[in-house]
Amino acid sequence: MIVELGHFALVLALCLAAMQSYFGLAGAHTQRAQWMAVARSALVGQFVFTVLAFGILVYAFERSDFSVRYVAMTSSSALPAIYKFTAVWGAHEGSMLLWLLVLALWSVAVAFFTKAMPESFLSRVIAVLGVVSIGVNLFILWTSNPFERLVPAAVDGNDLNPLLQDPGFVMHPPMLYFGYVGMAIPFAFAVAALLEGKLDTVWARSLRPWTNIAWAFLTVGITLGSWWAYYELGWGGWWFWDPVENSSFMPWLVGTALIHSLAVTEKRGLFKSWTLLLSIFAFSLSLLGTFLVRSGVLVSVHSFASDPKRGVFILMLLALCIGGALLLYAWRASRFRSDVGFAMVSRESFLLFNNALLIVATLIVLIGTLFPLFIDALDLPKVSVGEPFYNLMFPLPMLPMLLLLAVGMHAGWKRADLSMVRKPLLIGAVIAVIIGIAIPLTGYGKAPLMTCVGISIAAWLAFSALIEPFNRIRRGHSLSPSVLGMSIAHLGVALFVLGVTIAKSYTADRDTALSPGSTAQLGQYELTFVNVKDVEGPNYTAAEAEVVVKEGGKVIATLHPQKRIYRVQKNPMTESDFLADWNRHISVAMGEPLGREGDTWSMRLQYRPLVRFVWMGALIMALGGIIAVFDKRYRTVAAKQSSPVTAQAAAKQGV
Amino acid sequence: MKWRFAIPAIVFIALCGVFGWMLYRTGAEGYNVSVLQSPLLGKGAPSFKLPRVEAMDQEIDSRDYAGKAYLLNVWATWCVECRHEHPVLLAIARQNIVPIIGLDTKDDLNDAQRWLNALGNPYVATAFDADGRVALDWGVYGAPETFLIGADGKILYKHVGALSMRVWQEQFLPRIQQGSAPVKPVGEGS
Repeated sequence: MIVELGHFALVLALCLAAMQSYFGLAGAHTQRAQWMAVARSALVGQFVFTVLAFGILVYAFERSDFSVRYVAMTSSSALPAIYKFTAVWGAHEGSMLLWLLVLALWSVAVAFFTKAMPESFLSRVIAVLGVVSIGVNLFILWTSNPFERLVPAAVDGNDLNPLLQDPGFVMHPPMLYFGYVGMAIPFAFAVAALLEGKLDTVWARSLRPWTNIAWAFLTVGITLGSWWAYYELGWGGWWFWDPVENSSFMPWLVGTALIHSLAVTEKRGLFKSWTLLLSIFAFSLSLLGTFLVRSGVLVSVHSFASDPKRGVFILMLLALCIGGALLLYAWRASRFRSDVGFAMVSRESFLLFNNALLIVATLIVLIGTLFPLFIDALDLPKVSVGEPFYNLMFPLPMLPMLLLLAVGMHAGWKRADLSMVRKPLLIGAVIAVIIGIAIPLTGYGKAPLMTCVGISIAAWLAFSALIEPFNRIRRGHSLSPSVLGMSIAHLGVALFVLGVTIAKSYTADRDTALSPGSTAQLGQYELTFVNVKDVEGPNYTAAEAEVVVKEGGKVIATLHPQKRIYRVQKNPMTESDFLADWNRHISVAMGEPLGREGDTWSMRLQYRPLVRFVWMGALIMALGGIIAVFDKRYRTVAAKQSSPVTAQAAAKQGV
Repeated sequence: MKWRFAIPAIVFIALCGVFGWMLYRTGAEGYNVSVLQSPLLGKGAPSFKLPRVEAMDQEIDSRDYAGKAYLLNVWATWCVECRHEHPVLLAIARQNIVPIIGLDTKDDLNDAQRWLNALGNPYVATAFDADGRVALDWGVYGAPETFLIGADGKILYKHVGALSMRVWQEQFLPRIQQGSAPVKPVGEGS
């Protein structure tokens, strides 16, 4: 009965979303305050009933109600309580409900915390978000209802996929969805601006904090996913250019471009139609990602539910939402003119290059992801573009972007005078090149050209990012959250580049047969296999090896990898053991026993230097994005109209 | 001048066309959702080797039944619906059209033996699937469930829930008589 109430709550949420859209649009069009108020109330109602529906699904999971098909498919009575909770989004139906819940949360937040925009504009934003809610809600009710009953009830559930029973998976999907779905906010703002035919500084200033928050969530979500894949899948890689990963990475790239283009639109009133287009693109790619993952058009290791009926629906949703927005754009975008110009060397032009290069990068990922599709559509033999394609293509736009970034941070608006920073930047560049050659030679013994280039760029970037905050503090000037956030985010980029370069360049892998007492060389480390013994776990028996890791004759770690046989399922599981320092990961995984004695084993040894910087850098980027949100000017409630004076004052502050 | 703003829309519509066509093709290649109940339908039945409930020292090998059609009925003593279904299974067994193999899943052995003695045994043999692994291989949601396996070793049909004589006549018999064939209209089979 409770479960049926959940289903009913979802239907009510759908009806309220319809009201939200209708009264929002019609109210803004006819300027009727009551209608706009109705839209707002309908949004609150939609939020409440979506929360209720989600809460009831959680309740069904906690109670292990196996008369619900979705619960029976993804949970089991023996599952620990925390994983019963995360199993709610362990498969397609529940994760779509989470999507809807997150959208409702974002909608309410935007409707009540965006103070500076007129009510009629917010009303249109609410209406557009309502239309998206209707689409997703219908999708859930029609093709993937989590409240569907199973008759007769199952006695026990199918259990959650063991791979997903991991702390990383507790937070990864919600974070990712907050980012994904948050891109609906710029989308709604863009469509509302196109409908009103008006876009000013206040518009951009109201949108920037939301975009930053959504982008930060997306960053954290992707990072957690990468970390999860690294630990749990144990393939020794942290990014696989898998279609599912790509479909979260593309909105991130466009979102990054959008953040920068919004800065120009806010400060200089430029790039208006471009900002609108990016806003539409970022959300389009989020929806496209959902489409690719859910429809079964592309098969991937990550996608757990796929069904062509769902694909048809998402395609229709995509066509209506995005197609509608783009047609509106085609019709209206020419109205958004900018009269001001800018010099060749100015912050505007640097950001223009940043945007162009980010879009090129997005296109590379998009082509790589969709390539198999087109090949298939044209009936050519199946070819896959894998890591080599991305490894070759992706750095092409990224390297120039990083170099431009190091200089562009210091460029002023309109016409940049770089003479002030020329000296520190040049000194920084010299130091960076020295570091770029010194680190590989002293730390790792060999220095391939691209590695030196990567490290030098990272060092220069880090140095450049610190110039501005350092100067301001030294001169006793205040450091606004905008500037601080920008510097921190760019420092994060530098750390990320450093981590990627070193982890890629000096990774060592070895598959080797070891008998007790024998030693294998892995990079500069010596790994000695001491012995193997049998151990008993609660529900498994295991062979446990003892491996001593030595560096320069000194013991730095003793690792105990296991090969487990679970008693019930008879499945062998490999539990590798890590040495995890801030600057290196060394892992040992046991393969198969070799030889008659049974004490010689094949082993997989992996060395990943500095791999932690990859995730740390990404998290620092997200932190920078969040810090920038706390800038004072986003809180000025009274700024209904942008006066030229405040706009100029803000422009002087930078960012 | 104005036309350049229409380029995104045009590219997008073209992309939608490609996706739509891809989906249409995926759908056309035998991926019909309305008929599909289990990913195993039309595929080879998973094989198993399990002890017999009637005599635990003997083993049932599913491959011994290859070459002709048979039913696999998933049941357990804890399953209330199975008790309702039992008379129907006995009636089907009396018709002697196809052998029925039982799969007793996640059950207590003594209870299961008592059940067969007390209620009658419709099965040519009953496999004892103590930990439910084989049921998992077959994609069983719960009990009871009944599979029809064709002479070619492929799963032709799956019924979730208790069998009734009507389901037997309308869904199972036509398929058995045709060997392997598409669904026949209701009622024509009997």
